[in-house]
Amino acid sequence: MKIEDILKERILVLDGAMGTMIQRYPLTEDDFRGVRFKDHAHPLKGDNDLLSITQPGIIQQIHREYLEAGADIIETNTFSSTSIAQADYQLQDIAYELNYESARIAKAVVDEFSNQTPHKPRYVAGALGPTNKTASLSPNVNDPGYRAITFDELVEAYYTQTRGLMEGGVDLLLVETIFDTLNAKAALFAIQNYFEDSGRQVPVMVSGTITDASGRTLSGQTTEAFMISVTHVPLLSIGLNCALGANQLRPYLQVMARESETFVSAYPNAGLPNEFGHYDQTPDEMAAQIEEYLKEGLVNIVGGCCGSTPDHIRKIAEVAAKYKPRVVEVAHA
Amino acid sequence: MHKNLRLSGLEPVTITPASNFVNIGERTNVTGSARFLKLIKEDKFDEALEVALDQVRGGAQVIDVNMDEGMLDSRAAMVKFLNLMAAEPEIARVPVMIDSSKWEVIEAGLKCLQGKGIVNSISLKAGEEEFIRQAKLVRRYGAAVVVMAFDEEGQADTLERRISICQRAYSLLVDKVKFPPEDIIFDPNIFPVATGIEQHRNYAVDFFKAAKWIRENLPHAHVSGGVSNVSFSFRGNQKVREAMHSAFLYHAIQHGMDMGIVNPTMLEVYNEVDKELLERVEDVLLNRRDDATERLLEYAETVKGSARKKESDDAWRSGSVEERISHALVKGILDYIDQDTEEARQKYGRPLNVIEGPLMAGMNVVGDLFGAGKMFLPQVVKSARVMKRAVAYLEPYLQEEKRLSGETGKPAARILMATVKGDVHDIGKNIVGVVLACNNYEVIDLGVMVPAEKILETAKQEKVDIIGLSGLITPSLDEMVYVAREMQREKLEIPLLIGGATTSRIHTAVKIDPVYEGPVVHVLDASRSVPVSSELINPNSRKSFTTKVKSEYESLRKEHESRRQEKNYITLKAARENQVNIDWQAEQIKRPSFIGKRALLNFPLEKLVAYIDWTPFFQTWMLAGRYPGILTDPVVGAEALKLFNDAQSMLNDIVKHKKLTANGMVAFYPAKRSKTDDVKLFHSETDSTSFARLHFLRQQNKKAPGLPNFSLADFIAPEDSGMVDYIGLFAVTTGIGLEQCIDEFQAKHDDYSVIMIKALADRLAEAFAECLHEQVRKELWGYNPQEKFSNEELIKEAYVGIRPAPGYPACPDHTEKRTIFEILDAEKEAGIKLTESCAMYPASSVSGYYLANKQAKYFGLGKIERDQVEEYAGRKGMKIEEVERWLAPNLNYDI
Repeated sequence: MKIEDILKERILVLDGAMGTMIQRYPLTEDDFRGVRFKDHAHPLKGDNDLLSITQPGIIQQIHREYLEAGADIIETNTFSSTSIAQADYQLQDIAYELNYESARIAKAVVDEFSNQTPHKPRYVAGALGPTNKTASLSPNVNDPGYRAITFDELVEAYYTQTRGLMEGGVDLLLVETIFDTLNAKAALFAIQNYFEDSGRQVPVMVSGTITDASGRTLSGQTTEAFMISVTHVPLLSIGLNCALGANQLRPYLQVMARESETFVSAYPNAGLPNEFGHYDQTPDEMAAQIEEYLKEGLVNIVGGCCGSTPDHIRKIAEVAAKYKPRVVEVAHA
Repeated sequence: MHKNLRLSGLEPVTITPASNFVNIGERTNVTGSARFLKLIKEDKFDEALEVALDQVRGGAQVIDVNMDEGMLDSRAAMVKFLNLMAAEPEIARVPVMIDSSKWEVIEAGLKCLQGKGIVNSISLKAGEEEFIRQAKLVRRYGAAVVVMAFDEEGQADTLERRISICQRAYSLLVDKVKFPPEDIIFDPNIFPVATGIEQHRNYAVDFFKAAKWIRENLPHAHVSGGVSNVSFSFRGNQKVREAMHSAFLYHAIQHGMDMGIVNPTMLEVYNEVDKELLERVEDVLLNRRDDATERLLEYAETVKGSARKKESDDAWRSGSVEERISHALVKGILDYIDQDTEEARQKYGRPLNVIEGPLMAGMNVVGDLFGAGKMFLPQVVKSARVMKRAVAYLEPYLQEEKRLSGETGKPAARILMATVKGDVHDIGKNIVGVVLACNNYEVIDLGVMVPAEKILETAKQEKVDIIGLSGLITPSLDEMVYVAREMQREKLEIPLLIGGATTSRIHTAVKIDPVYEGPVVHVLDASRSVPVSSELINPNSRKSFTTKVKSEYESLRKEHESRRQEKNYITLKAARENQVNIDWQAEQIKRPSFIGKRALLNFPLEKLVAYIDWTPFFQTWMLAGRYPGILTDPVVGAEALKLFNDAQSMLNDIVKHKKLTANGMVAFYPAKRSKTDDVKLFHSETDSTSFARLHFLRQQNKKAPGLPNFSLADFIAPEDSGMVDYIGLFAVTTGIGLEQCIDEFQAKHDDYSVIMIKALADRLAEAFAECLHEQVRKELWGYNPQEKFSNEELIKEAYVGIRPAPGYPACPDHTEKRTIFEILDAEKEAGIKLTESCAMYPASSVSGYYLANKQAKYFGLGKIERDQVEEYAGRKGMKIEEVERWLAPNLNYDI
């Protein structure tokens, strides 16, 4: 059964935060380095994506916990696996390998579960993060025309990431946490180039980030403008994630649910961070807020972002099972 | 089900059937706004951003950005401006229309847009493959697209062509590219109406009908266009233009146009347009009556310009005589100049006072306006025509006064002008003469083919202040050096100006300046002639100016000396080894339909008109831009259109009254290439001895790997290939009868018409060459009988085979014309002569070779080395020094 058909029948559950789970392991600089990078010139602690190579067991374990909690879709550990983001650790050269390995690990775990419960297939979504640079904003206030990254550079980096993920065996691609739509357009451009070059394609999901109460992306677009800007690509779903808690996200999801001609996804943070940067929304609180979406029939895919854990996902999966998915209608009929 | 076009900047824009009309801001467009262009050129991007901001605040729903200007790095300017716009939330709110005729600029722009913008535009101009490629990319970048009604044949200007092109583009986009139909916007070409040109009468009606057809037959697609185009004939007449825009929009919207590039400040409310004006405008737009254009022009004259000028046509007649003369000069009006001059003569008493008073004052206004770029050359020439007429009127009185007093008046300064010996080209020189005359110089024009002795003699006799030499062909460069040497020998100190197509600053500095101690200045074009002359004549500035130019030329010479050694040249042998690689055994060589020569005398001129390439015509008049776009150019469009109309009427007259005679000769012969880049000609395929040899030169600069060292000889099969190849020769002229026409115009002091007819005769000669070449390809030689090209493609030389001419870059040796002329017997048969410098006379002539090989292409010979010159001299049986003199500009060494 194709994922498009399953989505018409039930709400699918996405996994929760990877970073929050990794933080539970007391990992040292040496743990991050492993044997292979023990002589690397730059400190590597904090490069979570690298763990797919140096500590693959941990990543496997986290994936497994989310699947056990009820996730239908898990994301690869590749949020920062572009050559652009990895340049912070001087690891730009292993971008392909990071994506390939992360995809392979996730796919192996997913296959384990799918084989046990064939009636409930699980999926791997290859995650393409926003990178740490913005193509439509200048980092220099005195030089608004300056750009720290070009569209072409982004396309090149995303192409490598896409190739790694696809060759590693992902079932879906998820361009996520989009705070600058031009970055996302570069990712989508690269994905389409790859599809054309390789002759293989998978469904594409897109998820933007509304950064504050103004209801706009970091690069200034409203939810609707954002949607118009990325829907030239055939999408499996469009949605929002990160930055806000489930409650704050609701008004923008309403816009999406009204305007979108494809499935809608939402994976908010576990509330807003406290003064120590920790998320302390409980699984029950978060699930209760998400239940509001479900009652309104706003979404087809739900999950969690920063601060969410397998416990959160378990609760979310429980409420999701009680509701019908959003019916996709073609807007502006 | 209706599908809406959805766009985005920071905020969404959805175009629904209820949107009525989407207003696209046009002022951030360098081709449409002189102010915006200036800001961009001066790098004042902050102020340029304010233009964009004003538009958003003024209600533009989409902003058009266009940076297509020759002097700009369009791509860089586009990227910079879009990035800056992105940083201004109030501007970035609206979607962007990336407007360029260059795909690379469009693509660079697309990479800057986070929102969904519009590409303006793509078309079938370069064929389906390129169209599909670009459309796919537009889609991949996430933009909507404007498709121009333009295809391989050119821009659609009839209803039928608009429909068929839009239909074809739509099918390709929707079926092949899977482009969403609601994201397609057609621009079915808004052209100017009321231009006085018959074919333009139905332009607006055709647009309306095309818009309606598109909306009814191409589901979800939109219709847009640049509205201000429609009123170009009325530039400067805001009231008429605004009325035309609003009436045009009113009807276009009724017919389904739902987007448009409009300047809201140039739009009158439809209902508030004066009823009489509206009727006349609509007569024009809807092509309702035969005299619609005349009636609108008539009305336009009554409301010309701003309120201040709201006076009737003849109002200027009520001014003082000085004002009237000035007005007539600036506007180029001949009608009243005799009576006004007479009135001034009576008022001023002496005829000279009229010339030095009101006439000169008027010409100074003209000179200032020209200098400031506010008048264009064709207008200045018309002004000069008025001036000459006035002076001619005063001439008898001047003579009479001289006779009575016995004294002669001296004008400000006297300039001698001549086209040097052996050269017959003088349009440029005439233009310079007119411009100088307009600026109070007395010009003594010795005409063409003037020997040095005559130049010097006249200079001394007439005590001229400046000598100006002109020439178009390369041997003239030597002749100029000779004139300069003679001037030095006679110890003259008169400043020498050098101008004409082959002359250059570097040649003047390296070859002419060193042989003459007096001032020598290269003058780039007519507009530079005035300031240079005035510097040289003014005793206060002459010395410092001369010193400055001399030292400039000195450093140019030094630079030239050092630069020359850097370039990499190879031996002739090595160059020959790197010739064009053609597999002759695989070539299918077509035998021409006849061998020998054939004359085409009295060729019908009307057949040539369609072959005219108009772009060089406008260059002759110093109006920059490509035809037909130049007619609607925001800066020179109005003048270009007037000039074009004048040209059309003169052309009609020439054709109708057979004022010029077109004669041509064409010949084909079996040909074999020797090992030394010569081509031997035979009377028949079976002849073993050749009757003539053509000598070709070969490039000797070091090439990148894979690039050959070209010689035209490469395109003829070599002797040892065993193949029989052919070559064609031709000479055509359209200059017979020209002298007589010129005499007639000169008798009327009508320089404008003199220049015009020469320019037209030149264009006709080129058209004849083009037309004959087509006949050669299709029938006479017949190697490409099926070809079908539009004139535009002919001009772009899209066809197979070439027609290089001796004296041009691929074969710069003019003396080869002698061989061609001898074989063709062109002087006797067609009346075309060669001067001692191998210029053709009449000047409006073209001669050359026909080469039919598929790989044959034009190239520039560049510099050659001594080894080739020596061998070439041997092949031609000429002295080395003589060859060196003819090929001086191409030598990579000093002689």
